[in-house]
Amino acid sequence: MRLRRTGLASAATLVALLAVVAAGCGSKSSESASSTSTTASPTKCGPGQLNLLARGGDQLTIGTDNPAYDPWFSGGTPKGSSWKYNDPTTQKGYESAVAYAIAKQLGFTPAQVKWVVVPFEQLFKPGPKSYDFDVNEVSVTAARKKVVTFSDSYYNTNQALVAIKGTPITKAKTLADLKKYKLGAQVGTTSYDYIVKNIKPDKQPAVYNNSNDVNSGLKTGGIDGIVVDLPTAFIIVGAEEVPNSVVVGSFPAKGGGDHFGAVFAKGNSLVDCVNQALATLKSNGTLKQLQNKWISNAGAPVLK
Amino acid sequence: MSIGPDRGRGSRILTDLKGSGGGQRSVLISLASTLVLAVVIVALVVTSPGWPAVKEAFFNRQVFEDNWRGILDAFGLNIKIFLIAEVFILVFALFIAILRGLPGPVFFPIRMLAIIYTDLFRGVPTILVIYILGFGAPALQLSWVPVSPLFWGIAALVLVYSAYVAEVYRAGIESVHASQEAAARSLGLSRFKTLRFVIVPQAVRRVIPPLLNDFIGLTKDTALVALIGPVEAFRQSQIDVAATFNYTPYVCTAILFILLTIPLARLTDWLIARQRSRQLAGGAR
Repeated sequence: MRLRRTGLASAATLVALLAVVAAGCGSKSSESASSTSTTASPTKCGPGQLNLLARGGDQLTIGTDNPAYDPWFSGGTPKGSSWKYNDPTTQKGYESAVAYAIAKQLGFTPAQVKWVVVPFEQLFKPGPKSYDFDVNEVSVTAARKKVVTFSDSYYNTNQALVAIKGTPITKAKTLADLKKYKLGAQVGTTSYDYIVKNIKPDKQPAVYNNSNDVNSGLKTGGIDGIVVDLPTAFIIVGAEEVPNSVVVGSFPAKGGGDHFGAVFAKGNSLVDCVNQALATLKSNGTLKQLQNKWISNAGAPVLK
Repeated sequence: MSIGPDRGRGSRILTDLKGSGGGQRSVLISLASTLVLAVVIVALVVTSPGWPAVKEAFFNRQVFEDNWRGILDAFGLNIKIFLIAEVFILVFALFIAILRGLPGPVFFPIRMLAIIYTDLFRGVPTILVIYILGFGAPALQLSWVPVSPLFWGIAALVLVYSAYVAEVYRAGIESVHASQEAAARSLGLSRFKTLRFVIVPQAVRRVIPPLLNDFIGLTKDTALVALIGPVEAFRQSQIDVAATFNYTPYVCTAILFILLTIPLARLTDWLIARQRSRQLAGGAR
């Protein structure tokens, strides 16, 4: 990024090329990981050669939003922590665990990982970034790729529907059954996109600032159902964030489902190293193991 | 707008530009100085090192073209909220103002309630009233209480703005000289008729400019209703920002609000100017 500041046009083409390359890698990263030997890592990802915020290269700065929600972050907050709900430094919860696993692959100790609060809308602001990379359940999309660089996916999921037990909407079996209901989602999520593009309800869906407000919407009857990613749906029901609620079902993946990727400043070469780390974590089974540990794998009926 | 020989400056902009005799030279000077200032500001922004990135993030033509239509549609909801709320505010606030002005010890509790109401709703931030009503009232689960977020969003705006507007009305009512009421009463008008035909018409006419001022504020606060669910222009632009990772939709929404509020602001200026000239002429009448 810093090297390519001169010549905007050439930078843009380079960046576009990089995006194409990254997109190409994304779909077959697991095969390439298994085919290349895991021991030989190119020199540029060695100690002291990473493109990091911290001068001296002894610190990895990772961003996420505060509050940090389950199951992506877990373990609560130690006394004196400025984080709400969960503190990422506990290494508990899926995204926290994956972040530390990546850090380990890159040669950092847990103590060298620094977390910074990055509200969603500041992820993509112009100018210098406050993070090396950010993990915040951000779905990779083509439009977003024009502005930031994504790592390969560290988690794939589908959207799901949460409603209050016994309400008419829980009888729904298909997407078409849901057209007549008032649905709600958090602003800026692919959940909202899913409602608008695939369910196409008769009533304008409600949109809220954060997941607490979405839950309030369901509790107070402002909406009939919440559309949210499946792991979060199980937390809403399991942790009784909305009492007496139920996962009605998960939605079929349209356009390939949701792929969560770590976010980098556009063109940051660190992404190559993180992708190598992710490939290793995939091939040696660490990612699968962490998913089993932190994310509910309970099944849900699929709404056709 | 300072009080002095130059008063009414803002509202004179338009008449000046029509070229009223001696105003010609000052028009040229003001145009030139405005131009210089604009050029300096634009040059400062455009030559800054981060400008290309800022331009890409906030003034992206493609993103604007892709999204302005949807935001404009959503802006219809802002206008709807504004119009509905305004009608209720005008009526409700006058009611509160009159209650507060009721004379005599018998009406003390009613005056008290009116005072508590205005204190409370002017004191609590609008955003909190919207949250509390929007998520609180439906949670009571009373069958006759509406659960529609739009209903409670409008209700919150009516409650908050009525508190302000009631004070504006009250200032108007108190500015009508006591002799007006005495004269009306001595003509045999009842207390109600005095209020209806003598006091309120004079009071309302005097407070029209400050009322419009409050309504300019109201147009912008319609965006706060988005917090409890409805998708209006601000929320729609937020959705578009998250989808594109580009802030241009916010600029688009800002332009829409400006297009709505500027005519209101100019109308207010014009009314103030007209009122002032009438008051000045009043001495000779």
